[in-house]
Amino acid sequence: MSAPATGAAADLLSGDAEEPLLRVRDLTVGFRTEDGPVSAVDHVSFDARAGELLAVVGESGCGKSVAAMALSGLLARNATVSGSVRLGGRELVGASPDQLRAVRGKEIAYIFQEPMTSLNPVFTVGRQVAEVLRVHEGMSRTQALDRAVELLDLVGIPHPRERLRQYPHQLSGGLRQRVMIAMAVACDPRVLVADEPTTALDVTVQAGILDVLRDLRDRLGAAIVLITHDLGVVADVADRVMVMYAGRVVERSEVDELFARPRHHYTVGLLGAVPSARVSGGEQRLREIPGLVPTLEQQPDACTFAARCPAADERCRSQEPPLAPAPQSSHEVACWHPAGTRPPGDRAPGDRAPGVAREESG
Amino acid sequence: MGRYLLSRLGQSLVTLLLATVVVFAGVRALPGDPARALAGEENNPAQVAAIRAKYGLDDAVWVQYWRYLTHSLTGDFGTSVRTNIPVRSLLAGALPVTMELSLLALTVAALIGVLTGVLAAVRRGRPAEWLANGFALLGLSVPNFWLGLMAILWLSVAWSIFPASGHVPFLEDPAANLAHMALPALVLGTGLAAVIMRQTRSSMLDALSTDYVRTARAKGLRERTVVGIHALRNSLIVVVTIVGLQLGALISGAVVTERIFALPGFGKLTVDSVFQRDYPVIQGVVLVTATAYIVINLLVDLLYSLIDPRIRVRGDVA
Ligand SMILES: Nc1ncnc2c1ncn2[C@@H]1O[C@H](COP(=O)(O)OP(=O)(O)O)[C@@H](O)[C@H]1O
Ligand SMILES: [Mg+2]
Repeated sequence: MSAPATGAAADLLSGDAEEPLLRVRDLTVGFRTEDGPVSAVDHVSFDARAGELLAVVGESGCGKSVAAMALSGLLARNATVSGSVRLGGRELVGASPDQLRAVRGKEIAYIFQEPMTSLNPVFTVGRQVAEVLRVHEGMSRTQALDRAVELLDLVGIPHPRERLRQYPHQLSGGLRQRVMIAMAVACDPRVLVADEPTTALDVTVQAGILDVLRDLRDRLGAAIVLITHDLGVVADVADRVMVMYAGRVVERSEVDELFARPRHHYTVGLLGAVPSARVSGGEQRLREIPGLVPTLEQQPDACTFAARCPAADERCRSQEPPLAPAPQSSHEVACWHPAGTRPPGDRAPGDRAPGVAREESG
Repeated sequence: MGRYLLSRLGQSLVTLLLATVVVFAGVRALPGDPARALAGEENNPAQVAAIRAKYGLDDAVWVQYWRYLTHSLTGDFGTSVRTNIPVRSLLAGALPVTMELSLLALTVAALIGVLTGVLAAVRRGRPAEWLANGFALLGLSVPNFWLGLMAILWLSVAWSIFPASGHVPFLEDPAANLAHMALPALVLGTGLAAVIMRQTRSSMLDALSTDYVRTARAKGLRERTVVGIHALRNSLIVVVTIVGLQLGALISGAVVTERIFALPGFGKLTVDSVFQRDYPVIQGVVLVTATAYIVINLLVDLLYSLIDPRIRVRGDVA
């Protein structure tokens, strides 16, 4: 029996205690485009454990979706993926198309951001839910439709039997997203990737969807990877958080710990001026950090946040900080000058208000 | 669905009625007096008057129209003033030929066009796409008559694979009928195949990059299913619309193709009757063609609503 990781951090990098359900190591994704190569994900490592909700946060363009799609080989042909994705001990990077197809929808299921366009407009809801059951569970048409009714009921859709015969355009956005969830959980997947599942929805509808996700984690014991840039959502439902910036993981932590002691200046920026602002249940959206997420041709040997960071110095611009246990806290951060810590004889630049990035000369 | 069908049917009937007015007026607007033409060289006033009386050409225009309309509705299009054969028999002989030719051409075009279009989209940036695109460009730029002549020269005269011309009724000898129809259908279908291919390719490319195709892949469906069912079904909505718009071109193309291959269809009947100023035949031919056109459009619309549930349920489409 292995004890639950005391410092999740140490456990993660040393590896071997007992293999977690989903074990991602050095996942790296690049794209060949007409304008040359693009590096979207750089050496990302994380674990997802059964019954746990891992949130992935970061601004738009940080590589969250690309990393999620890379897990089961869903990326377009112009992508090159390296590293390792192990699901229950099986390697998925480099697996054959047939092997990947057997995993998708069955062991790793997805919910996407756009409920309005993610369902096929020309097929009934029932057919689309039943389809996944027929493919993976070998059910007959009627069996699959009966099960679809139960699934729609499970995700809180009223009158499931009537809904089954309807087409996506007859459903509201919230209902469509519930259909997506029903489809995703149809085969009891071990990993459920929800890529900004509530971003396109009304606040009131959001809460319902989050309840469904929480319920699925508790009831089905699935590992849920929730991609979001809504920190209110993170505080609400996540167990652990991983912060991404420009394709890299810059901070990783238990959720309470992250909100209490953010160490990366980017995380501090995301949380707003007051680092200890533990969200009070209400909505707290991502605050603007001056500057943009860079689109990188290749990953530099430097901190990619340096150009926007209030604490950046020469070292940040010439040496990549490794993801390592942060001082005076129990989580990991990739930063030479973590916020909220005071190395002796050094002014803590990170204690200044974030967002006022030092002007770069030239 | 029922309401949609009814309103669409009503629209078609109104269009058809308008068509009869246009046909009736159009023929009368042609230069030349049919009675005088029929009387021939002598131009004897008494003879001309007799002819006028016989064909009711002295009656008021609206009386003539009413007679024309009621007779047409009962399938009585009069008799040819040249051959004295009932127009109905002439039409009944020519219609199956043209219908078979158009249907075969449409089938050939749809099969080739959709298959190569899907292939070009799926094999984007590879030799198969260039090949399909090249074929489409050729199909669009080569005129029917040239293609028909080349087909006859090579496939019939040089290699004797198909008969060069003529027609055998289907019921008489199905094999011989198809052998005679194969070349004309191929020639007539080529242009349409190219149009369908290009449309299929571009709407498949659109469909393949949609969120619902991503969902289909994320569900673990076979690529066959993703492309051939989820993407194709949506692409066909656009393709069917384009085909509907192209049917006029197909019908007029049939006229040319029939001339090249000496098929006794509507094309031949039309050209002959116009040259001979055979009004009853002209009227019959044009009216039947217009009717066919309207019916086909109605069918295309129904097909369209079968493929796209958003139209079916909303029930109001312009
Ligand atoms: N098919 C692709 N070709 C080229 N670049 C891509 C492709 N897909 C994503 N990218 C790039 O990868 C980066 C990360 O994108 P994404 O993962 O979607 O960000 P997000 O964190 O908002 O989900 C972006 O810079 C994006 O432009
Ligand atoms: Mg995204």
